[in-house]
Amino acid sequence: MRGQYMRMAEVPIDIDHVAKLARIELTEEEAARFSSQFSRLFEFIDELAQLDVSAIPATAQVIPRINVLRADEVRPSIGTDAALENAPDREGPYFKTPRILE
Amino acid sequence: MSTKVANAAATDYEPVIGLEVHVELKTNSKMFCGCRNEFGAEPNSLVCPICLGFPGTLPVINRKAVEYLCKTGLALGCSIAAHSKFDRKNYFYPDMPKNYQISQYDMPLTTGGSVTLPSGKRVRLNRIHLEEDTGKNVHAGGRMAGAEYTLIDYNRAGVPLMEIVTEPDLSSPDEAEAYLVQLKAVLSALGVSDVKMHEGSLRCDANVSIRPAGSSALGTKAEVKNMNSFRSVVSALEYEIARQKASLAAGERIVQETRNWDEARKLTYSTRSKEQAHDYRYFPDPDLVPLSLEPATLERWRAELPELPLAKRGRFMESYGLSDYDATILSADIPTAVFFEAVVAASGEPKAAANWMLNDVPRALEKHGLTIESTRMKPGQLAELIKLVKSGTISGKAAKEICEAMVADGEDPQAVIAQRGLAQVSDEAAIAKLVDEALAANPDSIASYKAGKTKALEFVVGQVMKASRGKANVEIVRAALIKRLE
Amino acid sequence: MRTGHEIREAIARKQTSALEVVEQALESAGRLETELHAYIRLLPERARIKAREIDAAVTRGDKLGPLAGVPIAVKDIFTVAGEIATAGSKILENFRSPYSATVVEKLERAGAVIIGKTNMDEFAMGSSCENSAFFPTRNPWDVTRVPGGSSGGSAATVGAGTVPIGLGTDTGGSIREPASFCNIVGVKPTYGRVSRFGMIAFASSLDQAGPMTADVRDAAQTLEVIAGFDEFDSTSVDVPVSDYTAALRDDLSGVRVGIVAEFEAEIGASDPALAALYKAAYADLERLGATLVEVHLPHARYGLATYYLIAPAECSSNLARYDGARYGRRVQNGGDVFEMFERTRAAGFGDEVKRRIILGTYALSAGYYDAYYVRAQKIRTLIKRDFDTSFAACDVIACPAVSCAPFELGQKMQDPVSMYLMDYFTIPMSLAGIPALSVPAGYVTGLPVGLQIVAPAFEEARMLGIAHAYEAATGHARRREPPLAGAAR
Ligand SMILES: [Mg+2]
Ligand SMILES: [Zn+2]
Repeated sequence: MRGQYMRMAEVPIDIDHVAKLARIELTEEEAARFSSQFSRLFEFIDELAQLDVSAIPATAQVIPRINVLRADEVRPSIGTDAALENAPDREGPYFKTPRILE
Repeated sequence: MSTKVANAAATDYEPVIGLEVHVELKTNSKMFCGCRNEFGAEPNSLVCPICLGFPGTLPVINRKAVEYLCKTGLALGCSIAAHSKFDRKNYFYPDMPKNYQISQYDMPLTTGGSVTLPSGKRVRLNRIHLEEDTGKNVHAGGRMAGAEYTLIDYNRAGVPLMEIVTEPDLSSPDEAEAYLVQLKAVLSALGVSDVKMHEGSLRCDANVSIRPAGSSALGTKAEVKNMNSFRSVVSALEYEIARQKASLAAGERIVQETRNWDEARKLTYSTRSKEQAHDYRYFPDPDLVPLSLEPATLERWRAELPELPLAKRGRFMESYGLSDYDATILSADIPTAVFFEAVVAASGEPKAAANWMLNDVPRALEKHGLTIESTRMKPGQLAELIKLVKSGTISGKAAKEICEAMVADGEDPQAVIAQRGLAQVSDEAAIAKLVDEALAANPDSIASYKAGKTKALEFVVGQVMKASRGKANVEIVRAALIKRLE
Repeated sequence: MRTGHEIREAIARKQTSALEVVEQALESAGRLETELHAYIRLLPERARIKAREIDAAVTRGDKLGPLAGVPIAVKDIFTVAGEIATAGSKILENFRSPYSATVVEKLERAGAVIIGKTNMDEFAMGSSCENSAFFPTRNPWDVTRVPGGSSGGSAATVGAGTVPIGLGTDTGGSIREPASFCNIVGVKPTYGRVSRFGMIAFASSLDQAGPMTADVRDAAQTLEVIAGFDEFDSTSVDVPVSDYTAALRDDLSGVRVGIVAEFEAEIGASDPALAALYKAAYADLERLGATLVEVHLPHARYGLATYYLIAPAECSSNLARYDGARYGRRVQNGGDVFEMFERTRAAGFGDEVKRRIILGTYALSAGYYDAYYVRAQKIRTLIKRDFDTSFAACDVIACPAVSCAPFELGQKMQDPVSMYLMDYFTIPMSLAGIPALSVPAGYVTGLPVGLQIVAPAFEEARMLGIAHAYEAATGHARRREPPLAGAAR
């Protein structure tokens, strides 16, 4: 596990693929600069591989709580105009965006 | 194209089908905010900063949605997870306000369980989990392809959605349909969803593969989406199975892919969705805390479960002497079952009640665009009608007319009879007079009857009934006629 | 009048009016703005309306709220109904919020008067306020230097004396570090103590709102107002809110103060002058009656790396909603909706935000999730356990809030990792979810730095009480005025 982790960190990040997942268009300059900055940061991150954490539980929630639920009660909506007030583009009661190509 | 595919179908492959059904839960409010959960409202009228994913907003779990899912799980024999949590499924799509869907990944609320089909087959469930629905894209020009732009309505965004996933246990399109019918009946009995496929409150995706008959290995599957009715599920599965058989017969390989069902062209086509679209980067939603339901809560919910369709069917067969077929239909829809039992209680005539509920009532409902819930007819009125037929007050033919009037207007049967003069004539003297007139007008018939052609008798009965405008008691007419001829 | 409690008293006794106080604050803010750049937007009309309401209440003899008439500055990461909230980003430069953050509602209900929305590092990502999409904020102690970040605008305006109370957010040190740099008190409460509803998310499992104030009493009073369970935030906690002002004390007899061996070694090696200042601060605590005990946080050194996996991962998902479809900026040059998303996000986000989104997306992506994100969460457990162990031996921990004095603008902008290292002493507490504050501790080459006091979860009363004793005895902030001071003091 430990060795495998180290190898992973040595694989350069496929910035273009990750940027596509994140839906951010990066310039070549940005991609190159981020890559070199990440390699510096990964010097720190790779240190985490020194720790054997196989028996340690993950902390997703730092102050543990369970079952925080709300009653099934209707609250007023804000209305179509308030909903669309910030819309960059609209048509009638709809938000409008460029077409979806799959 | 489709005929060619159908012709190429080989017989030594069997299909393996698993279904993923998304069911919108019938809560008052949405999954994570207080907006009303309602179909068909004005676009973007049922939205708030939370379900629009505005900056700074946070989700809070709707207790009722958890209850509805757990009740479904309890009804289907699933195990309810001692610990469960919500995760974020990350991908960009304009109908999804946060560009992630709050769903459940590795700790769903229930696992296991099964749906038993009327055939007795148990379709195993893999899991049921809770998530939020997306908004709706309206493509200018109707279809997605070629649209100039997209309009978005977020009313549906955040509606609680239950995803029910089967094991690959279904072995034919018809069995898939039987599963959907049964599942719909259970959900409708539980009252957790409207289960209307045409309104999208029940949606179905299918995983389909084929394998050599008798083999236990699984072939490469295609995921088929965009089926809008039970009928289209069957058609899409039939098409897809034939397509895969044809591919293999042609020496091709099945590729794992998503295929959309095209209802108009009656075929499935590959959506060619990009590989990266499937890296959902699930992680536990840090805005929500885990669920760990108290056993006492689960017991209370279990105690609240209503009678389920299969149990009801059994009881209908046993208590009312109904056939398997009749009992299945009458138990599948709760309002129908409730109405039926009320008619039985008021009339004491289960078989007659079943007949009316299976034939004339649905026909009249359809003709007038009504449902068993929207008709003004009361069970007591139908029971009264049944009694009037039994007592001979009205003829069977008149009863059908009265039934339709009752369904359409909710009038009492006696009122319809009075208005339309439909009371049955059983007075022997009056009938004898009609019989004489009919015989006088049809001398040939008498000769034929005497020559042994019993058909002629029925002809004269018909003439008498016509003359009485259907009101004469047909048994008395027949008896009177035979008496006169012999 | 320098503090919120003094202002409230003066208004209640009719020695001044809320409107007069607000006008002074607006005048000060406006006058300093050309040099300080603390505000993204002043809200003079809204402030005057609220101030008149307070004055009417005073005239009627109504019971006044605990912050009645006190002018405050709110980080632009909080929503105020009807006002623009940018989070320091171009992507939200025109976003007008239809609702108010829970903390904003609570502050206004307590009588506080919001005079403006303060500058910040974009989406709270940064330690210098230079990552603001609009302009960098300056330090009132030296305008060639940074005020710290990300809550730099709130820190600068409180540090300059324009308002006594600012509202900030802290994810890895974003309240404590700028408080330290601007010679004010900054409190990061226990995670869940204060509602996050209406606070634009950066990293959900770490973000926490808190007060940035002229003195400890104002911090205690403000925290009392904003703390508590909120039905709109599932992660807010329903532990009763203590009477924090009643807990303020003047001596430290019987208090065991933990000194972190690993931190002392670190700062001793990196900045001996600063190390000496902190040594003096610990001696002050001892003189007040505290007993110093050595404690260990052996995993704290992994805090930075752990944080730079967890926070970017969460931010990559939290910031996915900024796509130009529903609100905010849109960039569209033909193409389909996904190209619109990609161009909008390319133009709308600054460097640091893009960097963290890319890093976080990578850490969550297929094949890397267990190696990075899950591993980081496990190390988070180890860091939390270190604190649990330490708090068995001490009541609070005292440690550096910063690893250097305020630095010059531009000094760390080319090297993100050097900027990340600014939060070395504050990140472990954020990962553990425990409360921590920074209180003025003196000056290094004339520039202010703060002492960090850390307590176990929900022990804000203890933490504030001890900070108050230290502040009362040392009075570091009272001793000097910043060169850029603008208020009627
Ligand atoms: Mg789903
Ligand atoms: Zn809503």
